[in-house]
Amino acid sequence: MATVSARHETDTVGAARADARAQAGRVTEAMPYLPASSTPFPPPGVEAGLLVWAETVAAGGYTHKVLARGSRIRLEDMTGEACAHVLLYNALEPWERLNVADTVKIPWQAYLGTGHPLLSGEGRVLATIVADDSGRNDALCGTSTAAANRARYGDSAPQGPSPSGRELFILAAAKHGLTPRDLPPSISFFKGVRVRADGGLEFTGSAGPGRAVELVAELPLIVLIANVAHPIDPRPGYVSGLLRVHAWRSAPTGPGDRYWDAALEAHRAYLNTTGYADARGL
Amino acid sequence: MTATSPVVVTDATGRRPYCPADLAVVLNPANYADGTVPDLAGPLVAGEIVLDEVVPARAPWSAVVRAGQVLTIVDVGGNQSADCLLYSAEDTGERYSVPDTISRSGNAYVRTGTVLRSNYTNALATVVANEIDRQDTIGGACGKESNTLRYGHHTMAEHGCRENFLAEAAKYGMGARDIVSNLNWFMNVPIEADGTLGIVDGISGPGKRVAFRAEMDILVLVSNCPQMNNPCNDFNPTPLRMIITAAQERSHA
Repeated sequence: MATVSARHETDTVGAARADARAQAGRVTEAMPYLPASSTPFPPPGVEAGLLVWAETVAAGGYTHKVLARGSRIRLEDMTGEACAHVLLYNALEPWERLNVADTVKIPWQAYLGTGHPLLSGEGRVLATIVADDSGRNDALCGTSTAAANRARYGDSAPQGPSPSGRELFILAAAKHGLTPRDLPPSISFFKGVRVRADGGLEFTGSAGPGRAVELVAELPLIVLIANVAHPIDPRPGYVSGLLRVHAWRSAPTGPGDRYWDAALEAHRAYLNTTGYADARGL
Repeated sequence: MTATSPVVVTDATGRRPYCPADLAVVLNPANYADGTVPDLAGPLVAGEIVLDEVVPARAPWSAVVRAGQVLTIVDVGGNQSADCLLYSAEDTGERYSVPDTISRSGNAYVRTGTVLRSNYTNALATVVANEIDRQDTIGGACGKESNTLRYGHHTMAEHGCRENFLAEAAKYGMGARDIVSNLNWFMNVPIEADGTLGIVDGISGPGKRVAFRAEMDILVLVSNCPQMNNPCNDFNPTPLRMIITAAQERSHA
């Protein structure tokens, strides 16, 4: 039976180099597109020259990026089966990071949607959700763990068929000098959870394929994304789907913008954020 | 108040807990809102008492609770939020996880029987007794910076739970990255059908208790919440009593 190695001539360095170089130009369904302006899937209405990140993330895959203040990030669930678990850090002082409790408590709202500020524990906005046609998002259940996925699916490893979000976050974080201690509770997009009157959790699933969420980076950010099955997805199998990510140069929330003074609490968070940015010369 | 009324510094059994400050002052109702009658209650479970301390209003506290031991927290003055974080005593990289706890329990509130889980989904502790309807683990901790968002920049000078947590965590070599979403014993945070949530009037009272059993050796950090801008303390920060009781023989029937 033919093996993969039978299709490669790699018995000398020269042959191995030629073989490696012959792979150039191949395309797979999950890959980054560089330069970002070359993306085959440009977001509607975005000038290609402004793009700084273009990538399709595999089902069960992860990605990460450092983005400038004012970047606009678009996450798109290609199949209706993606679930984008997200962690955000101030890239300049990464001990400032997403604080889910403040993110739901301070705006008096547990469910994430358009206009929701994603807050750090330092009284600042890391990012604002500026568009969301999914409405199926979650700030309560976090992501999956090794123990949970081993129990549910028999495997949790990044190289296996049912990676856990936490194990992928550990890898993504490590590439920015962050350790497992730096992984607080995360949020997720494209799979919904609602809370019943008795506190019981209800999984509301996906809004369908092609839905998108857009965030504006209000500070320089380290963005970690794990695209894995939601931890309380009740389906017996591990279900995940392609996630498309684009980011482009835009502007942070400032005076005159829709969300700048839409709510008292968020307004003061934007004041704190712009105060920090001004003082740091950002 | 009349200068002659004595302050009771013992519980019903005559026991006097240790307190880092003068317990008579810490329990003196004259130091709290009118009508506050401190109730020291006692342990919520049977067993030899191995630690018994009163945490003054607004102060941090910590202790290691060994596997099998039970920590009873007494809401001495009533409706006093006890913000709480748990860590594996052996490896503080393993710590309390709100999402693991509620994803596994299937419920956003904490009640008797709720297993308090770590970021590795392991059981850190189990709530074994609880004298109020439900406990909160969604509302997080207050802090100087977050107070400026919630109430205005005039509150920046006030003390917060985040500051208590940071001060207490520093004793164990931990810092800002080790402070994660927490439990709030005796705090009431309803989540409404449309997702609206917030801290409302408490459902606890003087002498009400909660108790949880350590499932491994755990480090417990508590901030006796100093918040004065919402009802999490009834606008009246009061003391807490922390009682650790020895492990009991578990039935294996």
